[in-house]
Amino acid sequence: MSRIARRARADPLGCRQGAAEGGPGGLALGRRSGKLPRVSLVISPEPPGDHPSKPTCLRLAFTGRLDASAAARDWAEASRRARAGQKLHLDLSGLETLDMSGAVLLLRLENLAGPARWTVPPGPMQALLDRTRQALAGPRPPAAPPPLPWLAWFGQLAWLGGSAVLTRLAFLGEAVVSGFGLLRHPRRLRLAELLRHLDEAGLRAFPLCILLGLLLGMILAFQSSVPMRRFGAESFIPNLVGISLLRELGPLMAAVILAGRTGSAFAAEIGTMTVNEEVDALRVMGIDPMAWLVLPRVLAAVAVMPVLALVMDLAGLIGMGVVMGSLGYPPASVIAALERSLVLKDLVGGLFKAAAFGLAVGLIGCRAGLAAGRGPRAVGDAATSAVVGGIVAMVLLDGIFATLFFRLGL
Amino acid sequence: MAEPVVQVRGLKAAFDGRTVFENVSFEVNRGEVFVILGGSGCGKSTLLKHLIGLYEPAAGQVLVLGQDIHALDGEARQALLRQIGVMWQSGALFGSASLAENVMVPLEQHTTLPAEARALVARAKLGLVGLSDAAARLPAEISGGMAKRAGIARAMALDPPVLFLDEPSAGLDPITSAGLDALIVQLARDLGTTFVVVTHELQSILAIGDRCIMLDKEAKGMIAEGDPRALRDQSDNPTVRAFFRREVMA
Repeated sequence: MSRIARRARADPLGCRQGAAEGGPGGLALGRRSGKLPRVSLVISPEPPGDHPSKPTCLRLAFTGRLDASAAARDWAEASRRARAGQKLHLDLSGLETLDMSGAVLLLRLENLAGPARWTVPPGPMQALLDRTRQALAGPRPPAAPPPLPWLAWFGQLAWLGGSAVLTRLAFLGEAVVSGFGLLRHPRRLRLAELLRHLDEAGLRAFPLCILLGLLLGMILAFQSSVPMRRFGAESFIPNLVGISLLRELGPLMAAVILAGRTGSAFAAEIGTMTVNEEVDALRVMGIDPMAWLVLPRVLAAVAVMPVLALVMDLAGLIGMGVVMGSLGYPPASVIAALERSLVLKDLVGGLFKAAAFGLAVGLIGCRAGLAAGRGPRAVGDAATSAVVGGIVAMVLLDGIFATLFFRLGL
Repeated sequence: MAEPVVQVRGLKAAFDGRTVFENVSFEVNRGEVFVILGGSGCGKSTLLKHLIGLYEPAAGQVLVLGQDIHALDGEARQALLRQIGVMWQSGALFGSASLAENVMVPLEQHTTLPAEARALVARAKLGLVGLSDAAARLPAEISGGMAKRAGIARAMALDPPVLFLDEPSAGLDPITSAGLDALIVQLARDLGTTFVVVTHELQSILAIGDRCIMLDKEAKGMIAEGDPRALRDQSDNPTVRAFFRREVMA
C-alpha cells in the first residue's frame, strides 16, 4: 500500500485540510508516475456551502486512469469510505480514462453508500456507466437448491444406486441380445475392427506382460526363499510360485494390464465418439452401437486375456527359474518340481478366469464410453470409471471364482 | 486523424512450402469494426492467428498497438497479449469452470482485484452479453450461441482496446446472430473497442463492418479493401461481386 493510502487509513474522517498531494482540502489515494497519473483518488468533505449545519457529503474525486489496476488498488479503501454512511459525491471530472472495471468500482461505491451525486465529464463515460449499470442489473442466476433432509437424501442415494445397477443390467442384457444376434447374423461382426482390437489389446501388450511376469516370478521366488530356507524347503519354491502364478497372479496381473491399457482406451475412444454425437449418428442410421462398437472390443478382450495370462505365467516361471538358478538349482530340477506340483486344471482354471476378467473389463470399458456425458471432462471421467470399475469387478469375480473352485474341489 | 491499432505489412503465410496468402497489407483504426472476409479455405482464420501472434509469418510484419507482436518475447509479449482479447470460433471456454469463473480467469491472473471485485466485473461482463442468469452454468450446459457470447465476455474481461473475433455468428440462428452483431456495434460505439472480425456471413459483414478486406483462395491474397457496402455495390472484381451477390462463379 502506498504511503498516502496508509495515511488515509489513519484518518477516520477521510479529510485532511490542505493536503498538498490530494489537492486543496483533500486526501489522495494511489500514486502518480510519469506524465500521466495512473490513478488519483481524492477524498474530501464537500464544502458546506450556505448551510454550515448540514452534514457534509463525502467527495471522491478520481483523476487520470481508472482501470482494473487502479480499481484493484483503491477498491478496499474506497469501499470502506463509502460504507461510512455519508452521502457520496463521485466526481469524475478529472478522469481521463475509465474502463469497465473502474465503472464497476464506482457503481459498487454508490451501491454501498446509497444514491450518489455524480459529476461525469461529457463524452463516452456516461454511456459506459449506463451500460455497466444495465449489465449489473441483469437477472441473477437461480439459487442453488437447498440441501435435502437426511431421509430424502438417503432415498435419493438409494434411488441413484438402484438406477445405476439397473442401467448396468440393461447394458449387459443388451450386450447378450446383440451377442446372440451376432450368432444369427455373423456378417454383422466387423472382422477388421476385431483384428485391430486383437492387435492393440493383445499383441501390443505382450512386452509389458513379459516384463511384469518376469519381475513377478523373480520377486515371488526371492521373497519366499528366505522363510523357506529356514525349514529347508527351498526346493518347494517352484511349487509355490507355479501354483500362485497359474491359478491367481497370472490372470489377475494380466487383467490389471488389460484394464489399464485397453479398458481405458475403449472408454476414451467410445466416449469421444459419444461426445461428438457419432454414437447418435450410428443409432439414427439404424446401426446398433452394440454390434458396431461394443462386440468387437469385448470379443477381442475375451480372446486375448487367456493368451496374456499364459504369457504372464510363462514369463513368471522363467523369472522364478532364474532365481532358482542363482540359488543353485539347475533348470531340470525346477522343471521336474513344476511337473510334480502342477496339474492341468490349475492352468485351465486360470485361463478360464482370465477370459471372464476380459469379458468384465471389455464390457465395463465400453459401457463407460457409451455413458460418457458432455464436455471435455466426460472422456477423462469415462476412462477413470473404466479402469476403477474394471479392477473392482475383477477382484469381485476372483473372489467368486475362489469360492466356486473351493466348493467344486478344483 | 485515424489512429492505427493493427498494422499488417506485406504478410505472407506458408506451411510446408505451401503459400496460403502473401502480400497482405492493411491497417485497422481505433474504434472501428474491421472485417476479414472471404470464402471457405482462403486463410481468414490463418490470418487471424498471425494477427494474435499464434502463427509466425513467413514474411512481413504485424504491429498491434504499435508493437511487432512476433518480435516481442517474455514480459513485453505478455503485456501486449493482455491488451488484446480473442473470441474463438468454438468459444474455447474452459469446460470444468462455470461461465463466471471463465471470465474471472484473466482477472485472477492479470489483476490484483479482490475476489468481490472480480465477481462483480465478471457479472458485469456476462450481463453485457446477456448471460447474467447463466453465470453459474458450465459450458457443456449452454447452447452454441451462448458459448460464443460467453467467449466475448471472457475476451473482454481485461477491457482490451482491441478484440479479435473468429466467426462470431457462424452456426447461429438469424435472431441470435443479429443480436450478436448489434452487441458488437454497441460495444464499439459505447466502449470505443476496436474489433477485428473474421466472418463469411454476408448479413453480419454488412451489419457490423466499417471497413473490410477480402481474401481469395485462388489469388492467394487480398483482392479487395474498403467499405463492405461500397464493395457490394461498386466492385468490378467478379469474385467480390459473386461473394456479395451470392452468385455461382462460372
